[in-house]
Amino acid sequence: MSSPWLCCFRGLVWLRRYLLKRLFYLVPVMLGVSVVTFGLINLAPGDPAEVILRTGGVEPTREAVETLRAELGLDDPLYVRYGRWLRDVVRLDLGDSFRTGYPVTEEILSRLPATLELTCAALVFMVLLALPAGILAALYRHAFLDHLSRFTALFGASVPSFWLGLMLIYFFAVKLRLLPVMGRGGLGHLVLPAVTLGFGMAAVYARILRAGMLDALGQDYIRVARAKGLHEKWVVGRHALKNALLPAVTLLGMSFGHLLGGAAIVETVFAWPGVGKFAVDSIFARDYPVIQGYALFMAGVFVLVNLLVDVSYTFLDPRIRLERGRQD
Amino acid sequence: MNPPEGLEVIVPTSAACGKAGRRAAEGERGPLTAALGRLVRDKPALLGLGITLTVVAVAVFAPYLAPNDPVKVDLAHRLAPSGAQYPLGTDHLGRCLLSRLIWGTRVSLLTAALALGAIILVSIPVGVLAGYRGGRIDNLIMRAVDVLLAFPGLVLALVIAGRLGPGLLNVMLALAAVWWVEYARVVRGMVLAVKEKEFVLTARAYGVPGRRIVGRHILPHVLSPVIVLATLDMGKLILAISGLSFLGLGAQPPMPEWGAMLNEGRSYLPTAPQLMIYPGAAIMTVVLAFNLLGDGLRDALDPRGAARL
Repeated sequence: MSSPWLCCFRGLVWLRRYLLKRLFYLVPVMLGVSVVTFGLINLAPGDPAEVILRTGGVEPTREAVETLRAELGLDDPLYVRYGRWLRDVVRLDLGDSFRTGYPVTEEILSRLPATLELTCAALVFMVLLALPAGILAALYRHAFLDHLSRFTALFGASVPSFWLGLMLIYFFAVKLRLLPVMGRGGLGHLVLPAVTLGFGMAAVYARILRAGMLDALGQDYIRVARAKGLHEKWVVGRHALKNALLPAVTLLGMSFGHLLGGAAIVETVFAWPGVGKFAVDSIFARDYPVIQGYALFMAGVFVLVNLLVDVSYTFLDPRIRLERGRQD
Repeated sequence: MNPPEGLEVIVPTSAACGKAGRRAAEGERGPLTAALGRLVRDKPALLGLGITLTVVAVAVFAPYLAPNDPVKVDLAHRLAPSGAQYPLGTDHLGRCLLSRLIWGTRVSLLTAALALGAIILVSIPVGVLAGYRGGRIDNLIMRAVDVLLAFPGLVLALVIAGRLGPGLLNVMLALAAVWWVEYARVVRGMVLAVKEKEFVLTARAYGVPGRRIVGRHILPHVLSPVIVLATLDMGKLILAISGLSFLGLGAQPPMPEWGAMLNEGRSYLPTAPQLMIYPGAAIMTVVLAFNLLGDGLRDALDPRGAARL
């Protein structure tokens, strides 16, 4: 019996097993991430107790520092402190911000939507620019469009995002007064930061897509499709593009990490109220719990996005699914 | 095990094996000559090389080229337009913009080169150790690499630099701490491939000590590709250093560093855009030059890949 329903059911069972396996492998990685994050704050020079007391703007006395150290348990052995911290982290308790006094988890979660909004908008911009640019550059190889796409890719890889952002603000907000300068609001506020964040990546993806398209267009199945008399649009869109997308999708997870890192700079340029800007402000205030929480959250989001990308391309490419199924 | 008396056994060196084989494949010319020939014919790469050499010359001769002291404050000439005394004008403290840009070349190139040096110094021993020794050590190192790769690179660099405190040295350390991981993986991969080659197996069979095998036969194969890889990354490193300096974590005032100059001049964007335009254009030009040169080098060394991009 091999009805479509059975195939679908088998696929779901395989997916469930595959996801569970991958999540299981993530446990040691995330434990390692927690050790690195904890070590970064606790092994580097500088006394957190002194920093907390200094945030009040007063020079702390030695007694006050010692009392606070005892209160915070900073005199306990390192492994005891790590164990205690990890127990709290598992309960999503990352401590309170030295600066605002509110729980770090709340502070980060309240700003995470703004960062994700910006990162996703940058991704959308990236796809909108890279997809047509990559396809046209491959179809009109060595023509003007191809050269333009190569030049844009080089420019995109070389321009500092913070400078591009400032220049966009200067031309579109200060000179032409077309778009709002800073902050988060409607769609208008999103345009400049998203373009700034996504531009460099879009240029790179356009080249990757072009290479993938050229590769795909030279394959036998394209020749067969054309020989069958299929319309060129169908050949390019249905057959070539689907295969050309694979290498780009594989890199998407890594790019998301670049976008998350780049978001800290772009958010600072545009005063975008996201996690990145909050983290940068916290770094200058030496707000250690927030810095720790930021590193942990970003690693978590990055790892999950990579997992999603990994799962998604097993769906895009049945060969990978079959191979993994066999390995399982 | 010693060879029987009277029989001279020649242990082929890695260099001899590699050269002969590749020369045969390349035809008359050696692979390096062929690659150089391809590089010379690549106009964008030559342009990149030309700009890079010019920038290096500017960095070396900065004290002679700069018309003024880059940190001297002249409040009487704040935000002055370009003129005879200040060719590109002055910044918000009346400092000569052109002199600061010229000295900034030195800061940017030097910090990126030092960070790269640190990355190579850490990644090669770690990658060689993991690849050559294998087993538990390899497993341990690779798991540590997996953990570090679980962080978005710039986020980790930001956090390390932030924890160490503002300063150019701390930014270099932070970037090296994040960047070495990728290199160690590449080195490990290369060592794994080289270690199974016949010349290494023969040397092992003759009881050559491990350290000598690594030093004489494996390192020469690993070193040059890693240095080429590093050259390709100069542009990315300059971008990352200037980005962290722009946030205020790297070079501190009054040091003339391009990212820090952009940070200082930000508030004057509507009234004095030249404070933004010049340092940003300088960063972009240098990074573009390194990228052009890097692309050319990569294409020259791997002509099959070049045809696709």
